[in-house]
Amino acid sequence: MNPVNYLYLAALLFTIGAAGVLIRRNAIVLFMCVELMLNACNLAFVTFSRMHGNLDGQIIAFFTMVVAAAEVVVGLAIIVSLFRTRHSASVDDASLMKL
Amino acid sequence: MENLIALLVAAPLLGAAVLLCGGRRLDKTGHWLGTLLAAVSFGIGAVLFADMLGKGAEDRALHQKLFSWIPVEGFQADVAFQLDQLSMTFVLLISGVGTLIHLYSVGYMEHDERRRRFFGYLNLFLAAMLLLVLADNYLLLYVGWEGVGLASYLLIGFWQHKPSAATAAKKAFLVNRVGDMGLSIAIMLMFTTFGTFAFGPVLSSVGETSEGTLTAIGLMLLLAACGKSAQVPLQSWLGDAMEGPTPVSALIHAATMVTAGVYLIVRSGAIFNASPDAQLVVAIVGAVTLLFGAIVGCAKDDIKKALAGSTMSQIGYMVLAAGLGPIGYAFAIMHLVTHGFFKAGLFLGAGSVMHAMNDEVDMRKYGGLRRYMPVTFATFGLGYLAIIGFPGLSGFWSKDKIIEAAFAKGGTEGWILGGVALLGAAITAFYMTRVMLMTFFGEKRWQPAPDADTAPSAEPAAEHRAGELPHPHESPKTMTIPMIVLAFGSVFAGGLFSLNESFVKWLEPVTSFEHGHPPIGAAAVTGATVVALIAGVGIAYAMYGRRPVPVVAPRGSVLTRAARRDLLQDDFNHVVLVRGGEHLTRSLVYVDHSLVDGVVNGTAASVGGLSGRLRKLQNGYARSYAVSMFGGTAVLIAATLLMRGV
Repeated sequence: MNPVNYLYLAALLFTIGAAGVLIRRNAIVLFMCVELMLNACNLAFVTFSRMHGNLDGQIIAFFTMVVAAAEVVVGLAIIVSLFRTRHSASVDDASLMKL
Repeated sequence: MENLIALLVAAPLLGAAVLLCGGRRLDKTGHWLGTLLAAVSFGIGAVLFADMLGKGAEDRALHQKLFSWIPVEGFQADVAFQLDQLSMTFVLLISGVGTLIHLYSVGYMEHDERRRRFFGYLNLFLAAMLLLVLADNYLLLYVGWEGVGLASYLLIGFWQHKPSAATAAKKAFLVNRVGDMGLSIAIMLMFTTFGTFAFGPVLSSVGETSEGTLTAIGLMLLLAACGKSAQVPLQSWLGDAMEGPTPVSALIHAATMVTAGVYLIVRSGAIFNASPDAQLVVAIVGAVTLLFGAIVGCAKDDIKKALAGSTMSQIGYMVLAAGLGPIGYAFAIMHLVTHGFFKAGLFLGAGSVMHAMNDEVDMRKYGGLRRYMPVTFATFGLGYLAIIGFPGLSGFWSKDKIIEAAFAKGGTEGWILGGVALLGAAITAFYMTRVMLMTFFGEKRWQPAPDADTAPSAEPAAEHRAGELPHPHESPKTMTIPMIVLAFGSVFAGGLFSLNESFVKWLEPVTSFEHGHPPIGAAAVTGATVVALIAGVGIAYAMYGRRPVPVVAPRGSVLTRAARRDLLQDDFNHVVLVRGGEHLTRSLVYVDHSLVDGVVNGTAASVGGLSGRLRKLQNGYARSYAVSMFGGTAVLIAATLLMRGV
């Protein structure tokens, strides 16, 4: 199969993720969309690795996974504590950080 | 011999230092120390004078360099003295009259608690004044110039507990500052033009300089002279300066300091000779002031202020003579010296009268004093005859020569200047006769002394009790001896100087001299002067001798009332300078508020408005931040692709 198709898939997934981040209000969904964007990037990296015949892209994909895992830990903790105090997971409710 | 010159200045300077720093233990003896050091200065001056007389006219000038003051490449300022015939004349006048007035002050200030300080200031004045006339360059002269200004300030305000004295001191200082500005500008101009301030190089290289520059320097020097010598338009301080103790008025504001301006003009004669415009302005200033002072002197009832007006007028004569060029310089200095004698004598006489009359200064409350104070009457009378130019006395010789020289200037100017000088002589005779008649003749118009609590007494010798009539008495010996000596000067100095034209010949190597030839002949001018004199005395006798003098001043004509207010000089200054200055500052403040502040505040307001709008972008919604992030990334990527495509 032509590896370029994987790139199309990655672009599609990234776009879906980005649109989700911009449109959805629920923090959990937003988080999932971010994960989707990260995985789209991973897919692109791995595809490029395959296309170019070296392992750099695959190594970076591992790094991305580690970072994403760490991010999930911290992010979920924040969302849970936010939900506990506000009884809502909407990101628009947390709009106090402004002048 | 040169090495003695510095001692002339050093002696009184030492006196000032010791008296001002010595503290109360010198209270008992300090005044004699001050007098002694003034006398030492006079003694050294006399030795140098004798030595100078022994030499030929050409090598009389002595020079002493003390040290390099500011040794900088291209800017050499030395503390160096020059003693030539002109300086010598001043040294003898200053230290001689100064010593006599120190002696007089011993008696006059006897009851003043701060007498030691007074003598310290007097010595300081002597040192500064001697430095002024001995300096061999304009920068050192400036030091002396400021020094006498300081001493004058301290002494006018000596009775600083009186608000009027403190104000008068401040006024004198401020008006003098205006003149001092002129001198400093003149010195700067000299430095840029000639590259030096020393008298010799500056005055000898006048020929190679453009007339415009010389006129500028000359006018600035004239401004300086106007400030120090109380000439129109900077004359307003002299009348108020009479708030100082009377010996101060005699020494500083009659005999010596106020003549510093004349010295400056005569010393810088070469500059004025090369600039006829500046010279004419000098003569006009002198002529205007001589009338101005004389008119003011006619209307004042305060004896010291009448004499102050007279001083202004007589210095006007000197400045007029100095503005006539080589035909007048020598006579300016001659009148300066004779005036130093008779005016100091007159002031000391006035002080003696005030001493006797419970410090009353209003001549309307004197009268008939000649029987009670014979010595004062005689010396004051001789001074009076000298100042009005009674034939044979000092004032006659010097003033007549000035009037002659004014006519000899030639052309219409000569006629106008000569006419003014002649008119001035008549007015001088009038106001001095008025002073004489009101003080020493007529019936007694003595008034009881004012209540000591309500009227703050001016003079320290206030030993009177409130509510009593004064008991006039002759002053002590320390006061009468200086008056007698000065009276001798008033009588004989002029004749001695004119004998064989000795004074003119003596000064000629320094000031240069040309014989002036008045268009109507010298004898006719002398005759006219005598006629003017008789007319002035006659009118005064008709007004004040034959009729009783009212104790309360009559309302008088418009001119009299204006003259009582010093011919509205203060009102003029108030309206033109004070109000003008206020308007100027107000408009500057307005410009500052509207324009400068406007620009600054406008910038701040526009930045604020812009940020207020930019602030709206920061709305706290994480998703909108995400949009801008995505948008920015998209733009960056698009730009990168586009750039690569190009």
